[in-house]
Amino acid sequence: MTPFTTLDGLVAPLDRANVDTDAIIPKQYLKSIKRSGFGPTLFDEWRYLDVGEPGQDHSKRPKNPDFVLNQPRYEGASVMLVRENFGCGSSREHAPWAIEDFGFRAIIGTTFADIFFNNCFKNGLLPIRLPQSEVEQLFLQCLGTPGYRLRIDLESQTVLRPDGHAIRFDVDAFRKYCLINGFDDIGLTLQQSDKIREFETRRRIEQPWLYA
Amino acid sequence: MAQTLYDKLWSSHVVHTEEDGTALLYIDRHLVHEVTSPQAFEGLRLAGRKPWRVSSIVATADHNVPTEHSEQGITDPTSRAQVETLDDNIRAFGALAYFPFRDKRQGIVHVIGPENGATLPGMTVVCGDSHTSTHGAFGCLAHGIGTSEVEHVLATQCLLQKKSKAMLIRVDGELGRGVSAKDLVLYLIGQIGTAGGTGYAIEFGGSAIRSLSMEGRMTVCNMAIEGGARAGMVAVDQTTIDYLRGRPFSPRGDTWDRAVEHWRTLKSDDGAQFDRVVEIDARRILPQVTWGTSPEMVTDVRGQVPAPEDFADPVKREGVARALQYMGLSPRTPIEQIRIDKVFIGSCTNSRIEDLRAAAKVVEGRRVADNVKLALVVPGSGLVKAQAEAEGLDRVFKAAGFEWREPGCSMCLAMNADRLEPGERCASTSNRNFEGRQGAGGRTHLVSPQMAAAAAIAGRFADVREVI
Repeated sequence: MTPFTTLDGLVAPLDRANVDTDAIIPKQYLKSIKRSGFGPTLFDEWRYLDVGEPGQDHSKRPKNPDFVLNQPRYEGASVMLVRENFGCGSSREHAPWAIEDFGFRAIIGTTFADIFFNNCFKNGLLPIRLPQSEVEQLFLQCLGTPGYRLRIDLESQTVLRPDGHAIRFDVDAFRKYCLINGFDDIGLTLQQSDKIREFETRRRIEQPWLYA
Repeated sequence: MAQTLYDKLWSSHVVHTEEDGTALLYIDRHLVHEVTSPQAFEGLRLAGRKPWRVSSIVATADHNVPTEHSEQGITDPTSRAQVETLDDNIRAFGALAYFPFRDKRQGIVHVIGPENGATLPGMTVVCGDSHTSTHGAFGCLAHGIGTSEVEHVLATQCLLQKKSKAMLIRVDGELGRGVSAKDLVLYLIGQIGTAGGTGYAIEFGGSAIRSLSMEGRMTVCNMAIEGGARAGMVAVDQTTIDYLRGRPFSPRGDTWDRAVEHWRTLKSDDGAQFDRVVEIDARRILPQVTWGTSPEMVTDVRGQVPAPEDFADPVKREGVARALQYMGLSPRTPIEQIRIDKVFIGSCTNSRIEDLRAAAKVVEGRRVADNVKLALVVPGSGLVKAQAEAEGLDRVFKAAGFEWREPGCSMCLAMNADRLEPGERCASTSNRNFEGRQGAGGRTHLVSPQMAAAAAIAGRFADVREVI
């Protein structure tokens, strides 16, 4: 996993609530058995005017000029600004894979769906929860300022606005540690193998029906 | 101290706790399907790892499988490749049970786990699928995970987790005639909103929940995720125990007695504290129909489509306007005037035997309306299908003009050939009415099996209470 330390990135605003993972990456692309290559079909039904199929050359498809990520001013954005309950619905990790593959490294919003939130951290993608008033301000500034950028520092847990206003955010210490170091958490968990075995041995005696 | 059911399930599975409270949680049952597992098995292979405990794995192919002409195999090459990848992975790594495409016990992963007794009270149950919350109906801690976590569970038999807050949703009183578990849970989501349960594990309690069958409880827990909660659960009682007796993977003999003794402790203690309590009067719930593109956009069959200006919050107002445009609906349209093109009875929410019986009762002796182009019944598993056929339900549906299909996820998410065309409107017993969920441009209205059956007959939404 790519470590996440600091990010100075162009911000793209996605101004709608309850964006679900079906919208982030539609079902036809879930037939892939790979982890990569989902970026071109991120937000497929909003981004293109036709219905996409896997295996197509997506660069040749007609784009929806009204969709925010198709606007030239947001080209190269690495921070996505979103509304409440982002990433709700299906647990598909293809959603953060697509967001990351498109070029985003951080998502800022008020609330995220639990499974999606969790999945982001496994892919070097930082979801940042901020109070409603701060997110509202960011939307106003971003929409009103071409080339609007934010500086995100995971170590100090701050989002720095261009006007110098710093916003602190919370992140679990363990997740932060894994993200900053780019750790594969399976490796970390396997360091606890003895404890897992002990637990399992005890459980086999107490609830043998679980091990039929 | 008095504990909630969630406290008990949580604390009995903690292997280790990090300083910040992140716990290593032991996983008893790992359900696997073809869509969210290939990258996880590939990850294992690349790292030279093996599954920690293959006897925890129960696998099936459900999302991609065709529901007709199964004798021709899977004709879509990408779907076929994904299903064959699962076949290969299970062959290489092993499992407690695998129900592949065309096996008589194959079916939707959240239907086959319980019906085979592979979901037992007190277990932690995970699957790379958000509707894993279904299994909480058995007094389990059950939730969906991403593919990285699927790999993590395969490799370590554990998950890294932070404990959620606990919510109690207490539903008291009796559900009215023609009002089902599906109406109950849609009504709940309308009350708390799709983000209402975010950060919580929800326990469903109260007399209305106690009165539900296991099938009904599964429907309610299934849609906990639609209310934002990863996990929903119901305490164990006699209904749970009666359901599990004699299932293929249920314990037997003395072990059964010991298990039952333990299972009876799986309920919240008197006086246990919840972070939030929501109380619902079951008598207020009428048959529900969603009108928008989020499950919280719901009203009862006697209601009407709202107008954006009914909502004060500007983000919500805009969301409603966008939803109405997508759904092709005008404000103030009575729900009963909305005509439909297709009907789907199936999905991990509503494809169990009780659901099919309820729908068949409405359909019996009637005909699907002429304006309905396709009415599908997709049983949740091969066993459900066989049971329904033994009861003659297939003949009732076919005589009315329904198609009777093979088991799978089907038109709930349209990964196979069963889908809506752009602009088509569907009465669906599934769980998500998101834009494009049942096919690009398709318009989904979520309802109960009885209400879907009534809509099929009327060609528009109709109050099932007037039909039965």
